[in-house]
Amino acid sequence: MLSQESLALIDRELAKYPADQRRSAIMGALRIAQTEKRYLTNELIEFVASYVRIPPVAAYEVATFYNMYDRKPVGKYKLTVCTNLPCALSGGYTTADYLKQKLGIGFGETTADGRFTLAEGECMGACGYAPVMLVNNHSMCNHMTPDAIDKKLAELE
Amino acid sequence: MLEIEIDGKKLTVPSGSTVMDAANSIGVHIPHFCYHKKLSIAANCRMCLVQVEKAPKPLPACATPVTDGMKVFTHSDQAVTAQKGVMEFLLINHPLDCPICDQGGECQLQDLAVGYGQSGSRYQEEKRVVANKDLGPLISTDMTRCIHCSRCVRFTEEIAGYQELGMANRGEFTEVLPFIGKTVNSEISGNVIDLCPVGALTSKPFRYSARTWELSRRKSVSPHDGLGSNLVVQVKNHKVMRVLPLENEAINECWLADRDRFSYEALNSEERITKPMIKQGGVWQEADWQTALEFVANGLKGVIAEHGRESVAAVATPHSTVEELFLLRKLMSGLGVNAVETRLRAADFALKTAGATWLGQSIAELAASDAVVVIGSTLRKEQPLLAQRLRQSVKKGLKLAAINPHGDDLLTAKAAELVVRPDQLVEGVLQVLKAVAEAKGIALPANVDFGSIDIPAEARAVAAVLDGKEKTAILLGNIAQQHPRYGEIYAAATAIAEATGAKLGVLGEAANTVGAQLVGAETGGDVFAKPRQAYFMLNAEAEFDVQNGAQALAAVKQAKLVVALSSFSSCALEHADVILPVSPFSETSGTFVNMEGRAQSFNGVVRPLGETRPAWKVLRVLGNLLGFAGFDYASSEEIRDEALAGDIAPRLSNALAAPVAVKAQSASGLVRLGEVSIYQADIYSRRAPSLQKTADAANATLLKANAATLAKLGLAAGELARVEQAGGTAELQVALDAGLLDDVIRVSANHPLTRALAAHVGAIAVAKA
Ligand code: SF4
Ligand code: FES
Ligand code: FES
Repeated sequence: MLSQESLALIDRELAKYPADQRRSAIMGALRIAQTEKRYLTNELIEFVASYVRIPPVAAYEVATFYNMYDRKPVGKYKLTVCTNLPCALSGGYTTADYLKQKLGIGFGETTADGRFTLAEGECMGACGYAPVMLVNNHSMCNHMTPDAIDKKLAELE
Repeated sequence: MLEIEIDGKKLTVPSGSTVMDAANSIGVHIPHFCYHKKLSIAANCRMCLVQVEKAPKPLPACATPVTDGMKVFTHSDQAVTAQKGVMEFLLINHPLDCPICDQGGECQLQDLAVGYGQSGSRYQEEKRVVANKDLGPLISTDMTRCIHCSRCVRFTEEIAGYQELGMANRGEFTEVLPFIGKTVNSEISGNVIDLCPVGALTSKPFRYSARTWELSRRKSVSPHDGLGSNLVVQVKNHKVMRVLPLENEAINECWLADRDRFSYEALNSEERITKPMIKQGGVWQEADWQTALEFVANGLKGVIAEHGRESVAAVATPHSTVEELFLLRKLMSGLGVNAVETRLRAADFALKTAGATWLGQSIAELAASDAVVVIGSTLRKEQPLLAQRLRQSVKKGLKLAAINPHGDDLLTAKAAELVVRPDQLVEGVLQVLKAVAEAKGIALPANVDFGSIDIPAEARAVAAVLDGKEKTAILLGNIAQQHPRYGEIYAAATAIAEATGAKLGVLGEAANTVGAQLVGAETGGDVFAKPRQAYFMLNAEAEFDVQNGAQALAAVKQAKLVVALSSFSSCALEHADVILPVSPFSETSGTFVNMEGRAQSFNGVVRPLGETRPAWKVLRVLGNLLGFAGFDYASSEEIRDEALAGDIAPRLSNALAAPVAVKAQSASGLVRLGEVSIYQADIYSRRAPSLQKTADAANATLLKANAATLAKLGLAAGELARVEQAGGTAELQVALDAGLLDDVIRVSANHPLTRALAAHVGAIAVAKA
């Protein structure tokens, strides 16, 4: 279900923990699976669980708890805007509204061309650079004023 | 030891205790939901908040360790305000549908809301609604009622051994659920119903059938496995409505297996017989007791006069009570009949021991062992709660090993495992014996012919598990006891026990396996191999209770007289000539002696249905009718006192009474591994509709083999296969079981689908159907 490269990465996660605590690797393993497949289906969650050798429901708990795991298809670029208090005070909602208007979608939605998904995020520990936005869970963008957004979106075209 | 003061009372507690433990030890009740003495501490309900001197805010009693000199107030203003606050939060989303909730009247939330809740709610907004989940045929869900204490989740993971339930999503959206498309399949799953402090998880078979306060509670003893779990049977209008555990730390702790809990459905089944019946000219006629009993007495006398005493045999299942078996034996000896047999599922009757075979120690002692080797047992399905207990012991350091014809998961760590062909179980034990002897540098026992046995690494690993430990045990399970070479397995296991200092134990197959031996109800041997003229059958169904069911059925069919004392009608009884309706365990007093040699007496919990009579009374009247002396018992207690006179302990012994010659053999070709599945084992579970809908019941309908064997036979999982054994055939769906060795065909025994087959272990032919 996953490529050899992904499985090798999961093996590396597993190696970080004692042999009787394989379940500790589940967060990393789900992240690796999601990076390859873009989002986590129930079948994929079950596969990862059996690879890590934990009950599927234990992996499902993790996959449904953290909102960086996607369980529905997302666009090519998933843009997560932080709306927690420090960001909100520094224009987080302006950023979000600008994105909504520009992309024509709301939180949790994907553009018709499948390029962009907009998501609402929790504090990313980068409040000093508020308002912040995360692209595809991995790349952090600071000070996302409307101008900065225009620039970023152009880059992503 | 630490000093602590709770509500002004001073006490000392061992270090490591929590405030909750300390309060419990002096009977101070702290309200709680998520705390449970057998589960890990989650501290997520916050109901147990108490005030602790010098602490800036209330602390959860269940998760706060006692420190020396601590002062705790459980009912101070601060504590009660905190507890009331938590209750208000818990009730925000609770539907308060108590009037239609089965938990009403025994609900911890309801009870505590009386003490800590307000009369009205300040919450005006919309309440959340949670979709119900399908957890299988035993557990009903109303998930909107869930307060997320996580007891059920922790139970499946910690006690049942496999996390089948989880807490998905977060915050307001948290839900308890099994993995998508899965149900809860543990053989001890019903305990989550007791654990759930609200009405989110309730009993499906019991659903909406009574209010809990209408039920009277009566004590009883489980009639299924050899553990003898203590029961609270709940009764309404002379009908058993449900069964709950009666806590007994020495036996079942606070748990029940699903078989103990849900088999009661059979008691109210359509198949109950309520009137004596006699077959005349091939047609069943109802009869009164007098006529039926005279028919039986005259019939037995007639057969004996014509064909002699050897022509009669009495059989009973080891689920019968001590009193019943004692009187059966006495009745038969009055007739001069010697053949009384309860080892109906055995294939090898030669073993002679110095006393009744038993666990060899108490259940609690076994659980405190350092190492245990299980031989020939599907432990989780044979003795579900004993498996649970050993699982807890493994967490505390017990090393568990197995010598088995399968690799079934015990849902706990196995320190070593030797998997053999079912017909090579003796050789497997011999391999371990040889490994033990080699490791210890002792001579091999003289009565064993090891042939050319060599020692695989797995056998050495099993031997190593027993090495250098203080308290060790070797347990023989059903597969061993029902094996055609049981005597040899027993002797080889005895030799290992002697060499290592381990205690040998036999896991009694049924509730009264030990009691049956104590009253000597095992003098017949294989009474169906050579057909008799008359069979006297006590709650035994030829096809389902006798190992070679097909052979037993043929013997019964040809007999001149078949007397059946039975609670249920059944296809097996069609071949009887007279049926006397006798009470199931719920309608008679009696005694079971469990695997640790503990005699547990119980009373009937409801009156006998219709004209049903307790079997001991029927046997008593038969004795009187036949004019035998010594049948004037006024009560079952009198019979028990005579049957179990003196101490039981000295009459228990696993020591061999005569040496057994053991000889290693080789085997090849397709071989059957037959086991009686968990919900076919006794007359009750067979007839419990809900148990018959479980995954375990479905599992029993499959033919299993490993991938290589399936490939060799040209079979694929999901296909239909036809098996043939000794002229009997069965058609079964094929499934993969990677834990089996090559050429092993696992097909359940004494099952409606497989009753035409013969011995549990033996050659078998398989082809695509
Ligand atoms: S279903 Fe019952 S036991 Fe399970 S978390 Fe909810 S309230 Fe607790
Ligand atoms: S609040 Fe947005 S990063 Fe912390
Ligand atoms: S009982 Fe202590 S937090 Fe639940």
